Amino acid sequence: MELVLSLAIGVLVSSGVWLLVRPRTYQVIIGLALLSYAVNLFIFSMGRLRTNMPPIVEPGVEIDPAAFADPVPQALVLTAIVIGFATTALFLVILLASRGLTGTDHVDGREP
Amino acid sequence: MQMGPEHLVIAPIVIPLVAGALLLFFDDRERRLKASISALSAAALLAVSIALLRISHYGDGRVAVYLLGNWPPPIAINLVVDRLSAIMLVLTAVLAIPALLFSIARWHGAGPHFHTLFLFLLMGLNGAFLTGDLFNLFVFFEVMLAASYGLMLHGSGPFRVRAGLHYIAINLAASLLFLIGVALIYGVTGTLNMADLAIRIPQVGEDSRMMLEAGAGILGVAFLVKAGLWPLSFWLPTTYTAAAAPVAAIFAIMSKVGVYILLRLSLLFFGASAGASAGFGSEVLLYGGMATLAFGAIGVLASQSLGRLAGFSVLVSSGTLLASIGLVQGDITAGALFYLVSSTLTISAFFMLIELVERGQDAAANVLAVTMEAYGEGEEEEEEEEEVGIAIPATLAVLGVSFAVCGILLAGLPPFSGFIAKFAILTAMLNPGGLGEQGVITPASWWLVALLIFSGLSALIAMSRAGIRAFWAPVDGSVPRVLLIEIVPVAALLLLTLALTVQAGPVMRFMEATAGSLYAPQPYIDGVMEAPRAVPRQKGGEE
Repeated sequence: MELVLSLAIGVLVSSGVWLLVRPRTYQVIIGLALLSYAVNLFIFSMGRLRTNMPPIVEPGVEIDPAAFADPVPQALVLTAIVIGFATTALFLVILLASRGLTGTDHVDGREP
Repeated sequence: MQMGPEHLVIAPIVIPLVAGALLLFFDDRERRLKASISALSAAALLAVSIALLRISHYGDGRVAVYLLGNWPPPIAINLVVDRLSAIMLVLTAVLAIPALLFSIARWHGAGPHFHTLFLFLLMGLNGAFLTGDLFNLFVFFEVMLAASYGLMLHGSGPFRVRAGLHYIAINLAASLLFLIGVALIYGVTGTLNMADLAIRIPQVGEDSRMMLEAGAGILGVAFLVKAGLWPLSFWLPTTYTAAAAPVAAIFAIMSKVGVYILLRLSLLFFGASAGASAGFGSEVLLYGGMATLAFGAIGVLASQSLGRLAGFSVLVSSGTLLASIGLVQGDITAGALFYLVSSTLTISAFFMLIELVERGQDAAANVLAVTMEAYGEGEEEEEEEEEVGIAIPATLAVLGVSFAVCGILLAGLPPFSGFIAKFAILTAMLNPGGLGEQGVITPASWWLVALLIFSGLSALIAMSRAGIRAFWAPVDGSVPRVLLIEIVPVAALLLLTLALTVQAGPVMRFMEATAGSLYAPQPYIDGVMEAPRAVPRQKGGEE
């Protein structure tokens, strides 16, 4: 599972970085979206990979940390997803405004 | 519900949040109402931050901790006020009031929701200064950035949208680096609370130390983008030039947020007691800061427009601060903090002043001004000149004097605070063992001394040239029409720097105490880790 996850993150990051340095605004925004998926997976993996483990402990019971999944990265990922979604939406608006004002989808606002 | 002084700590976040949200309910045409609400909340912010400053300073380095949700630390979210965060809060509020007043004259009508975005920006800034854990730092950073994206585009136009596109793309990429850094640090240490991290980092084993340092390095890059370290700073002058004048004035403190975080985290995580990782990254700050300083100084010399001159001055200020922090020496840091306050006030005033000066130079560029003052209205305006605008003959003189003061401040000449700040940094650098003691001055220090003096010279040359071009060269240049409410904020900020000069002794002592508590972070760590939880009050209990 570790191999699959790290390969997935690697593929997402490499495609994301490649798209990020492309000259068209649409490519840049897709690149940013792919990068943010990769980062979200990465945060998730930092809580160690566990399957079929509950993240919430029961009160009053003796706790063995090894039998639980770490809940903090899950909460962090949730926040990061929401913030990433909002900023991507905002970027999309700017992208359209730039397209409308300059008449081109080049990131510099003019064709080279 | 009883509001005790302990709740003051969260007030700098709650006040702008509530006021900003409240303003959304009013129509954008009710400008007077919106402006008064936001100016009132900025004044409240100033009062609260000064109260917090007093608490943190007279408490002998004791930190005030606010536990949200009342969980025992280091679990969950907490807010921490010490001297450094308090001075940054005060600085933010001090910059916010003039920028808001300036915007009332004209700019706040140039687009929708100016005041709401402005207040949310203040909330993000205050939150970033107050928070005690890394992930909330990310959240407040994003609040600040999201508001800044809106403000950056305030007034619209192709130039702003183009600059804004670059600004947003770069900051989104930097935010991703921020998250990677936070995740790596969490993966190694299992905590995100800054005080708890300071305890755990010395105990990190040899095998995972590399992971930790990689995480800290990636996290640092995110802040260095914000602070404008060369070569991560090419976006900064363009963005700051494109932003509307009051927006650029408050943006002056945004690059200082990166500096603040780097100062706080590098000393908390990698201070003298950090074991094998002590001093991690200080060379990057030192040499990167010097490169930024050189780049900024050359940029200042090369700038043909006033806006770019101011943009590169931001880089000079960032470079000076980063390099001084990189030397990791208490009295240099104290001087750097003084410089931080002085240069932020100067640059903020300068951005607003530029707009007033350029108004006279290029009438075509200021369509807004033309539409607001049709020629026929000039006769009527003359009569109420006393109330809303200052007399025309004095305008150029006032602008010229303010411009000269800005030049003196940027160059770091006496009698203003820029001189004292640079003098404090240079003195500390040339006396590494303390005043009058023998100490070895490193080659890096000599280089930094030379660069600091060179940057002052370049600012002086560039400002003299720009001043001559703006005030003396135009033969039939039109005199800009400047409202009282526009020049008062600029003058107030410049008078504040004069006050800093007069009160340099007490201010410098405060900065030394601040630097001292940064280099001995044990009271901070203990204060957070042993923060008392609030006792839930019994329902219906008396007193």
